[in-house]
Amino acid sequence: MTLYDLEDGKIATIQSFSGEMELQSRLVEMGIMPGIQIRRIKTAPMNGPIEIKVRDYHVSLRQEDAHNIMISE
Amino acid sequence: MKKNIDQKWVALVGNPNCGKTAIFNLLTGLNQKVSNYPGVTVEKKIGKAQFANGDQFDLLDLPGTYSLTPESMDERIVTEQVLHWTHGENPPSVIVSVVDATNLSRNLYLSTQLTDLEIPVVVALNMMDLVKNNLEIDTKKLAQDIGVKAIIPMSAIERWGQDELLDAIHGSIKTGNFVNGKFPISLKKDYVNILQPLKELLLTNFSYDDRFATAQALRLITRNSTIDIYELLLENGFSVDKSFMSDLKEIRQKAVDDFEEMGVKHRILEATLRYAWLDGVLSEAKLIVDTNLSEESFSEKVDKVLTHSWSGPFIFIMILYFIFQSIFTWVSVPMDWIDSGVGWIGLQVLHIMPPGMLRDLIVEGIIAGVGAILVFLPQILMLMFFMTVLEDSGYMARVAFMMDRFMTKIGLHGRSVLPLMSGYACAIPGIMSTRTIDSWKERLITILVLPLMSCSARLPVYTLMIGAFIPATSLLGFINLQGLTLVVMYFLGTATAFVLAKIFSIFIKTKGKSSFVMELPPYRTPLWRSVFRIVFNRGKVFIVHAGKIIMSISIILWFLASFPSNDEASFNNNSIQQSYAGKIGHAIEPVIKPLGFDWKLGIGLITSFAAREVLVSTMATIYNVESDGDGVVELKVAMQNDINPETGKPIYTPLVALSLIVFFVYAAQCMATFAIVRNETNSWKWPLLMIVYMNTLAYGASLLVYQGGKILGFG
Repeated sequence: MTLYDLEDGKIATIQSFSGEMELQSRLVEMGIMPGIQIRRIKTAPMNGPIEIKVRDYHVSLRQEDAHNIMISE
Repeated sequence: MKKNIDQKWVALVGNPNCGKTAIFNLLTGLNQKVSNYPGVTVEKKIGKAQFANGDQFDLLDLPGTYSLTPESMDERIVTEQVLHWTHGENPPSVIVSVVDATNLSRNLYLSTQLTDLEIPVVVALNMMDLVKNNLEIDTKKLAQDIGVKAIIPMSAIERWGQDELLDAIHGSIKTGNFVNGKFPISLKKDYVNILQPLKELLLTNFSYDDRFATAQALRLITRNSTIDIYELLLENGFSVDKSFMSDLKEIRQKAVDDFEEMGVKHRILEATLRYAWLDGVLSEAKLIVDTNLSEESFSEKVDKVLTHSWSGPFIFIMILYFIFQSIFTWVSVPMDWIDSGVGWIGLQVLHIMPPGMLRDLIVEGIIAGVGAILVFLPQILMLMFFMTVLEDSGYMARVAFMMDRFMTKIGLHGRSVLPLMSGYACAIPGIMSTRTIDSWKERLITILVLPLMSCSARLPVYTLMIGAFIPATSLLGFINLQGLTLVVMYFLGTATAFVLAKIFSIFIKTKGKSSFVMELPPYRTPLWRSVFRIVFNRGKVFIVHAGKIIMSISIILWFLASFPSNDEASFNNNSIQQSYAGKIGHAIEPVIKPLGFDWKLGIGLITSFAAREVLVSTMATIYNVESDGDGVVELKVAMQNDINPETGKPIYTPLVALSLIVFFVYAAQCMATFAIVRNETNSWKWPLLMIVYMNTLAYGASLLVYQGGKILGFG
């Protein structure tokens, strides 16, 4: 499954990336990478971006990008 | 590599939100901006700091970045600077890498990238006040493990640790001859072989050492932006072999192909390996406290309300409404003080000085002109105060988060929100803060529509016209009609900006996709001393501006309005019509008459092209010259009482006031803005487009309001 499918509030581990390569570099530089646990916190109003907690911080990314992050619960 | 030790200076590098600017302020005492919003520090900021022994050194505050492989414009600034140093351009004696102690691994990632540069690195371990007490850091051991000179725990907010930091910087400068270790991350043999040709190319062309060449080889295969930076180096006169660029691209492509054949994701290779190494070091030092992901932080609890699907947007709109209402209601008291103060000064001068031209010039020209503008100082400070508090508290990042969906629908970006809202204060810092938007198309569109956000220079014009011609009645008992009119004008500019953004996004085509990977920093109480500094600075800039431009225009205008005159001792109503200013005003009257403006406003429109607020001082000067009475005339009253001698009716009606305000909502008048746009877009094409579309819009909308209003029977 992908991060897009993860319910708000649930914890999962990143497995791999697919798709847009430029974004991958950015995520990995910020420590968001395979093997790392994340918690999906919420979806922004008007079905906007999603907020996740990873390592010790909170970060947002768009739903279309969440499609490219493979996870396992 | 050359090192110039005579000119000691130190660079501050760090992630966004790590408190870098707070440390800069602490060490230099210079006026600076501390913020929670990712990447607000976009200008080159240098200050002077002092060691314990009294020696001074320069401190440079660089924009926040997550890595040395840039994505956005301000990250690129950091990487470019860093590369200049390694190419011999006066490198810093020490790099201070500012690290948020609550977020070790991600922050130290950048620190370890910096250690590859052959420049001593000192880590300022900031925000120790927020670290839970079970985290014990053996700083000596960790410093050795990650290859930095020292790690200094500190808190810029609580103001401790800065002396130790200074000592560590001093110590690193004194020990001088820095011996670099080898590249800390072990690479597989295959990887080393593939990277070897790239490394050799760098080693033969530049005086890199082995470690930095390895690091750069890895960064070249990470992002294309690293190649762009080498191209920029060439443009900036760092001479390399002509064939270098083509060799570089060719050899890089070969390495990329080899990695792809092996199934290795080259774009995330450096980051993956570096994190694996760093996480290993940190967990050995027991510094990876298994983050309890399910633990709810304070900010998360607050966000349950502030970014909630329904209450989030509602609260945001209420905050905006509160700000604009308070700008109109609360600050009327200090505004009245300034107003009567100016009148009092005018009277004093009138008593002290003998009658004559000089007295007229000072009272009618300078005091009336500058005074009319100073009245608006409280409003501008108030607006600036609210904007700074929203930004420093961390709320602005949430606004970007909530608005991203809407913003992308109209062709903008969640990160456009902060620049657009800064535009309410002034378009220039707003345009500069668009550098955090990583896609060029969305950045350009944000810049193009940003001057439609009503800036604080328009506020004096709005306030004058609203205060004089819109009745202060209340609707439904709690909405002030004047405040409502003001809010509607801000809304008009903002809504038009959104519509035009959509239109521009259809016509402007560029490649590249944008993303919205944005940190949501923890909420913090704003650092009040820094908030007041920013507000104070803004006030200072405003007064200096008033002093320079407005004063000189007021003086010139006084001459133009006073001469030629039949009788220099006393002017009357007719003489100002005969003056140069009167002639100029009458000359353009036919053009602006359909908008409801007379020749006096015509003069004001011309002078307002220097800066919008000059309209107010222009009108003040004209009326003071015209009346030539005792002391300074209150502009509002003078405009209300101005009667057209032919019809016997008031010249300025609420409809004329509305037409003028709408004109100011749209018109492109501030020349400084377009100079900045030229710099940021690197072309005259875009500022010219802006001037044309804005002024067309201004004339059209104003015409519609006045003619439409007349047809409907108003005014």
